Amino acid sequence: MRPFAYASPRTADEIIALLTPGSAGADGASRPLAGGTDLLTLMKADVATPSRLVDIKRAGLPKGIEETPPGLVVGGLTTLAQIETHPAVRARYPALAEATAVAATAQLRNVATVAGNLLQRPRCWYFRNPRIACWLKGGDHCPARDGENQLHAILGGGPCHAVHPSDVAPALVALDADARLRGPGGERTVPVEGLFAAPEGGRRRETLVGSDELLLALRLPPADGSRSTYLKSMDRKVWAFALAGVAARLRLDGRRVAEARIVLGGVAPVPWRAHEAERALEGAEAGPAAWDRAANAALTGAAPLRHNAYKLPLARALVRRALESLAT
Amino acid sequence: MNVIPIRSSSEIRLTVNGRPVTLEVRPEALLLDVLRDRLQLKGARRSCDMQVCGACTVLVDGAPVSACTYLAVEADGREVLTVEGLADGDRLDPLQEAFIEHGAVQCGFCTAGMLLTAKALLAEEPSPSPARVAEYLRGNLCRCTGYRKILDAILACAAPGGGTR
Repeated sequence: MRPFAYASPRTADEIIALLTPGSAGADGASRPLAGGTDLLTLMKADVATPSRLVDIKRAGLPKGIEETPPGLVVGGLTTLAQIETHPAVRARYPALAEATAVAATAQLRNVATVAGNLLQRPRCWYFRNPRIACWLKGGDHCPARDGENQLHAILGGGPCHAVHPSDVAPALVALDADARLRGPGGERTVPVEGLFAAPEGGRRRETLVGSDELLLALRLPPADGSRSTYLKSMDRKVWAFALAGVAARLRLDGRRVAEARIVLGGVAPVPWRAHEAERALEGAEAGPAAWDRAANAALTGAAPLRHNAYKLPLARALVRRALESLAT
Repeated sequence: MNVIPIRSSSEIRLTVNGRPVTLEVRPEALLLDVLRDRLQLKGARRSCDMQVCGACTVLVDGAPVSACTYLAVEADGREVLTVEGLADGDRLDPLQEAFIEHGAVQCGFCTAGMLLTAKALLAEEPSPSPARVAEYLRGNLCRCTGYRKILDAILACAAPGGGTR
């Protein structure tokens, strides 16, 4: 790893000052360090080369899970292990508990934070290879488009065809979670869905979170009789990123679907909210016919590349299976 | 606002296997290298170097972490346990005894990580089911044993009453 300087501020304001380009003491190449499981990996591969890391774990930022009946607040620095084992998360927000439990390994989940999980960079092998100047790293084209693209996007791809790797992000979007952010101008709250946008133009990142903003906390609204689940398909059962994942949430009124969320992971540059599938479900009678319609609708607009068309039936099957499990 | 110290090296104070240690480390120093090269604790091993194989597992404040991708400065103020700290003098930890008894060691490269991950699990859940042990050990790869004897050894140390999940 290249040498870098290290700071461990005691307040959020000090952290933000160090991360703000152009402000006193900042140099524009500072990166916040939480669990470091992704950032240090990128630095070891020489893909990320910050001149300074700003540790954000000793400044009293929110960590842990606070029950705020009827909702829940999850601090940005909460580890995946803390979420996975939390009784209220398991009881009321199973999609989130399941998504954290299938992510990575125990060693990683003990260190990785939920904020870092949402802001992790793509696993695309072209992006992670320091010798390849892919579009996302400032190059002029995406080598995955006509290359080895078996793990790449089937929805919303281009100019970057990498997929968002998080399991937790689709779960939080399906649960209608909000994110509280803090930057130089103060705090703002946005839906978790609004943290993400496919890279485009001059913004070669998958997030709308500023480089000088901190993701302080996530707020989960009341579960309100909703059931939810997260299903994930992997090459192997351990430490694998999703070939496709689905977070599904249903609120039933008798046998009728009153509310539905279907959010796909591993298939698009962002957690992919399948609006057409949700529309196909809402008001429909729970049952195989509705699940089939939703599964097909979820892949509306899919444009597979040469080697990844297998993701379509995979994602459809996951949607169907998730809905079946929620309605029985 | 105070001036925030930006450092190119820091003094860290941690506890390693019960002993207080003070060290000057550079920010990019990894815990694994500090343990192996500065403290001569060679039990944690570098293998995949990307948090997949578990050979570098140590316990930080009781929780298994991959020391290959963990900055030494992050261990400041914490307790680190490596395999060298498992035995009490000449008396092996019950897990170590069980690994010997069940033939759970072949080449031995994964053993330190296996022992520490198992130690953390049993501290947290004294009576895990066989499936829970297998699930918890997913981040520790063994290329020799096929895992059966490792699972048997760990289960032999579990308190009675584990489920059969």
